[in-house]
Amino acid sequence: MRRIISLLMENEAGALSRVAGLFSARGYNIESLTVAPTEDATLSRMTIVTTGSDEILEQITKQLNKLVDVIKVMDLTEGRHIERELMLVKVKAVGGGREEMKRTADIFRGRIIDVTDSTYTIELTGTGSKLDAFLEAIDPAVIIETVRTGASGIGRGERSLKP
Amino acid sequence: MVFLTATGQNDYPHGFTNELIYCQFMEATGAEIVVRCLAEEGVEFVFGYPGGAVLNIYDEIFKQNKFKHVLVRHEQAAVHAADAYARSTGRVGVALVTSGPGVTNALTGIATAYMDSIPIVVVTGQVPTPAIGMDAFQEVDTVGITRPCVKHNFLVKDVRDLAVTMKKAFHIAATGRPGPVVVDVPKDVTAHRTEFAYPAGIEMRSYNPVLKGHTGQLKRAVQMLLEARRPMIYTGGGVILGNAAAQLAELARLLGFPCTSTLMGLGGYPGTDRQFLGMLGMHGTYEANMAMQHCDVLLAIGARFDDRVIGNPAHFAREQRRIIHVDVDPSSISKRVRVDLPIVGDVGNVLTEMLSLLRQAKERPDATALNAWWTQIELWRSRNCLNYNRNSPIIKPQYVVEKLWEVTKGDAFVTSDVGQHQMWAAQYYKFDKPRRWMNSGGLGTMGVGLPYAMGVQLAHPDAQVACITGESSIQMNIQELSTCKQYRIPVKVLTLNNRYMGMVRQWQEFFYGSRYAESYMESLPDFVRLAESYGHVGMRIDKPEDVEGALKEAFSPALKERLVFMDFQTDQTENVYPMVEGGKGLSEMILAEEL
Repeated sequence: MRRIISLLMENEAGALSRVAGLFSARGYNIESLTVAPTEDATLSRMTIVTTGSDEILEQITKQLNKLVDVIKVMDLTEGRHIERELMLVKVKAVGGGREEMKRTADIFRGRIIDVTDSTYTIELTGTGSKLDAFLEAIDPAVIIETVRTGASGIGRGERSLKP
Repeated sequence: MVFLTATGQNDYPHGFTNELIYCQFMEATGAEIVVRCLAEEGVEFVFGYPGGAVLNIYDEIFKQNKFKHVLVRHEQAAVHAADAYARSTGRVGVALVTSGPGVTNALTGIATAYMDSIPIVVVTGQVPTPAIGMDAFQEVDTVGITRPCVKHNFLVKDVRDLAVTMKKAFHIAATGRPGPVVVDVPKDVTAHRTEFAYPAGIEMRSYNPVLKGHTGQLKRAVQMLLEARRPMIYTGGGVILGNAAAQLAELARLLGFPCTSTLMGLGGYPGTDRQFLGMLGMHGTYEANMAMQHCDVLLAIGARFDDRVIGNPAHFAREQRRIIHVDVDPSSISKRVRVDLPIVGDVGNVLTEMLSLLRQAKERPDATALNAWWTQIELWRSRNCLNYNRNSPIIKPQYVVEKLWEVTKGDAFVTSDVGQHQMWAAQYYKFDKPRRWMNSGGLGTMGVGLPYAMGVQLAHPDAQVACITGESSIQMNIQELSTCKQYRIPVKVLTLNNRYMGMVRQWQEFFYGSRYAESYMESLPDFVRLAESYGHVGMRIDKPEDVEGALKEAFSPALKERLVFMDFQTDQTENVYPMVEGGKGLSEMILAEEL
């Protein structure tokens, strides 16, 4: 089962390697991992998308909590939450295809952020499945490259992760 | 992060003492700070080996007399000795090694301490900060290479962080589930100067182990224990680490429940007590393993249901049963076996709470059911699973351990290496007190025995310290005979010499058609002369009738100040029984008489 784990840790050198090392050492899956400092520069916020049974998820949460630098861990999928991912797609855009590509991007609320004679670079934000859907909606032959950030997540309403 | 320091400034109001104000005005180099932090922590011994990156620190060690430095012959032994100091005293052990190979040599010791949750602080030298990442001479990525086998580690890049980091290191190593902490200090940092004040206390927002058990869970646990008809208490190293032996004995006696222990927990409950069923697990007693499989309420205390203890979790206790699990580390709970009632907290605190609830309770466990359970247990016990041939003309290794127990009146500190002799030591030396039994339970590190004995003997100069080892294990750190000579460490080494890596040979006999691939120890040294060449006493014992005499002599007042190396020529074909094959359930034991 897919789970989104959100965690807050001390923003210190090697913090990321402690988390990544834990996952590889214990054989847990990582689908994606995003990390950046928060509004408080001493804190790092991480979103990890992983899969596993309930037992494995329980262990992942406990093992993350056990890391000395980790302040809080929350399984976002246990409650109502919002999840977003950013994707940049560079596509071939020539002739009639230019207009069609722009229309498709509009439908998905994408923005064209770089334009050349023959290419568009489209910025798209949404859940992972929305980004997948966009890639399925366009001709695979026109895709030059895609860059995805992996999911970031946050709890809905009052639910929050604070030190 | 708030650290309670005494800089005399208003924003740090805690821990304000005159002594620390005095410190405030003292400028010191990083090297001085390391040494003074160790002194502030009350460290008695630093086990170490100098090298380029730690020369500034060694220069400060030369100038001080607060603690004693013990020069080992290999960094692995430094960490093992610090580890055994910690195991036998309950205090944090300290090792000091240089960068690069100093660290890689120390790594086995660090991993050994990590697997057994032993509180040590290892200070490692590092190349100067500008050289980090340049593939400098004797450079390794210490925080990277140690990360998977430490509780936590630090690279100190700024001398102003050094004192706080040292404070954190000791705090993290000793609290919660203990473990090793590495502090990596680049050489230039040991030369830089700053004002030194050692923090009086430390608070970390990211690290606050739960120490007190949840009251509701405790009440439910007590109720479950009182309802038990076939109860069992299963204890591990957590009882030793949590200093909870007294509470455990009181609980077991109050309830009249049987008790077993893991390899790591031996001594947590008196080994000679009737309610003790012996060690459980792969080489556990028949009665302990059977009782584990057939109990209806299991109280697990500071133990982690690991593979050597309960075998295959799918085969574990298939009868209807409920498990209460007390552990300071939440991640140990429901890791391999689903637990019905978890209690996270310090084992000592939790048992004290449980005892007070039990004393208040009006009910007692059903006496008839408990009697019937004990009748069953005695039936299992009557199999006498640890019996062996006492009339053998060749020395039986079990006999040596039994005699050691008699000669030392069960009161020695015993260290072991890893293999058959380790299991025989665990089975036949009945430990009545905690912190008397030192061995590498988790990592299974051959070579720990002699350095462990050194750490124990230095911590307990008047105690009897025996190292039970094998001719293979002892050779993995035999260079420490030299350290023992230098510091006159009078440990008694008992080598159960069967000319084989015994446990490897046993597995090859059982599971590999007796094809003894590379397990025969050729070209052994003459251990007597080897010991003598280091200035120690060597003895070779060939016959069973000479075993007791040799041990009595070794532990006699005449040799009290001497290291005695006893080379017992033991039965080459002896195996450790009972045995649960890997992947099987606990009740599927191979017993000696079945062969």
